[in-house]
Amino acid sequence: MGVAVSIEQVVKCFGSLRALDGVSLEIAEGEFFGLLGPNGAGKTTLISCLAGLVRPDQGKLSVMGCDVRGDYRAARRQLGVVPQELVFDPFFSVRETLRIQSGYFGIRHNDDWIDEILHNLDLTSKANVNMRRLSGGMKRRVLVAQALVHKPPVIVLDEPTAGVDVELRQGLWQFVQRLNREGHTVILTTHYLEEAETLCGRIAMLKQGRVVALDTTSNLLARFAGHTLNVRLANDACLPPALRARATQSDGYSIFRLAGFDEIEPLLAAIRVAGCTIDDLRLTQADLEDVFVGVMQGVKVSEVVQ
Amino acid sequence: MSGLRTLLYKEVLRFWKVGFQTVAAPVMTALLYLLIFSHVLDGEVQVNSVRYAAFLIPGLVMMSVLQNAFANTSSSLIQSKVMGSVVFILLPPITYVEFYFAYVGAAMLRGLMVGAGVLAATAWFAPLTFVAPVWILVFAIIGGGIMGSLGMIAGIWADKFDQLSGFQNFLIMPLTMLSGVFYSIHSLPPFWQRLSHFNPVFYMIDGFRYGFFGVSDAAPAVSLAVVAASFIVVALTTLAMLRSGYKLRY
Repeated sequence: MGVAVSIEQVVKCFGSLRALDGVSLEIAEGEFFGLLGPNGAGKTTLISCLAGLVRPDQGKLSVMGCDVRGDYRAARRQLGVVPQELVFDPFFSVRETLRIQSGYFGIRHNDDWIDEILHNLDLTSKANVNMRRLSGGMKRRVLVAQALVHKPPVIVLDEPTAGVDVELRQGLWQFVQRLNREGHTVILTTHYLEEAETLCGRIAMLKQGRVVALDTTSNLLARFAGHTLNVRLANDACLPPALRARATQSDGYSIFRLAGFDEIEPLLAAIRVAGCTIDDLRLTQADLEDVFVGVMQGVKVSEVVQ
Repeated sequence: MSGLRTLLYKEVLRFWKVGFQTVAAPVMTALLYLLIFSHVLDGEVQVNSVRYAAFLIPGLVMMSVLQNAFANTSSSLIQSKVMGSVVFILLPPITYVEFYFAYVGAAMLRGLMVGAGVLAATAWFAPLTFVAPVWILVFAIIGGGIMGSLGMIAGIWADKFDQLSGFQNFLIMPLTMLSGVFYSIHSLPPFWQRLSHFNPVFYMIDGFRYGFFGVSDAAPAVSLAVVAASFIVVALTTLAMLRSGYKLRY
C-alpha cells in the first residue's frame, strides 16, 4: 500500500496563535482515518492546509505523492473535501451545482456519475431544485456530492454529520464505507466519538496543534481504557470497605477498573468471601470517549506560544 | 482550460439568472438619466457641435458598461466570500490566471450586454453617428476589463458589504460621474480640467465617444494609450493579488 497523505512537520500560526505546531502524519492508501480533538485543536486548519486553502508556515504536505504547494493542480485532483460549514451557491440547482463542480475539475460529461452520486445520497428527487430550497440535511448531502464529482482517491470529511438526522447519517456512512471498500482513502473529523470508533481503523488525536495520540483504534482502546467489571449486589447489600475503596459507584453498580482479565477471578472470590450475593454482573469495554478524555486530560501541552 | 471555461460559464449564468436586476435595471436607470438631462438641456446646449442628447448617449452607454463590469466581479466575489461558497472555486485545480480571465471575461460580457441594451433603448432619442465603430468596441472592451479587474480587487479586499460599498461609492462613482459622461471637460474651470486629465475614466469615455462623433476632448490615440496602460496596471495588480492568495488563501 502506498502513502495517500503525507504531512511533515507542519506549522501554521495565525498571529500569536500556533494553530498547528509541528504536525506529522502519514496515512496509507485505503485507510479510514479519524482526526479527533476538541474545538480549536487544529483539525480544520490541518485539512485546510491539505486542501490548499491555508498555506502552512513550515512543513510539507502531499496527496498521493503530489506536493500540495509545488504540484497543486495534481494534488487537488486527488482530493475531495467536504467542508464543515454548510455552504452553497444560491443561484443554482443541485444538478447545475454538480455539473459546474465537475467542470472545474476538467470533467465535461459527468452525468452518469452525477446520477449515481445523487442516487446514493438519496438526492435524485431534488436534482432540479434550487439550492436555496433545500433543508440543511439536504444541503449537507450536496456538499458530499460536490466533493465526489471528480472521483478523488482521497476523501476528507470535516464533521460531515454535525446537525444531520440519524437516517442521513446512516446512509452517508454506508456510502462512505462503500467508497472506502472500493479503495478510496477516507479522512474523517468528527465530534461523535462513537462514529470514529465504529468507522476508523486508525485515529490521530490533536490538541493545541499537536498530535497527542496516534494509533489503531483498537490499540488506543486497549492502551488507554481497558475493561471495567460492573457489579450489583442483591438486597442492596454493601461491599466490605476494602473492596468498596477500589470501586466507583454508579446507578447501584460498583465499578472496578481492570488492568487485565486475571483480576476478575480474585475479585469475585473476595466478594463471595465477604458473604455478598451478586444480583447483576457486566463486563464492559471502555469506549473512545474514555480514551479521548484520558488523552486530553493526561497530556500536558505547554501553554500556547506567545 | 476547462476550469476557465466552466468558471466563465458559471459567472455568466450567475448574472443571467438574475438578469432583471443585472441587465434590465441598469438599462432603465440610464434611460431615466437621458430623459431628464436631455429634457433640461437638449436644445440649449451643444457640445463640440453635437446636440446634447446625442452627446450624452455614448457617455451613458460607456458609464453603464463600466459600472456593471465593476459590479459583476465585486458582487460575485464578496457574496461567495461572505456565504463561504468561495471554497468551491478554491478547492479545484484552477490556476490564478484562469480565475482572473473567467471573472473579468464575465464582467466584460455583462458590461457589453448592458451597454448594448442602453444604446438600443436610447438611440431613438437623438441622431447618432458611428464614425469609427472599431474604436467604440475597443474602448468598451478594455474599459470593461479595467473595471472588471478593479471589481475583483475590491471584492477580494473587502471583508464586508459595507467596505465594498465604500469602494464603490467613494472611488468608482466619483471617477465615473466626474469623467465627462454628462459634460465636455472643456466646459470646466481650468483647475478641474487639469484634474480630469488624471482620471483614467475620462479617457475611456472620451475615446469611446470619439468612435461615435469623430470629435473628442483628448487625442484618441492618447486616450487609447492611457486606457491600455491602465488596463495593464490593474490586470497585473489583480493577477499579483490572486497569485499571492491575498484574503483568499490564508
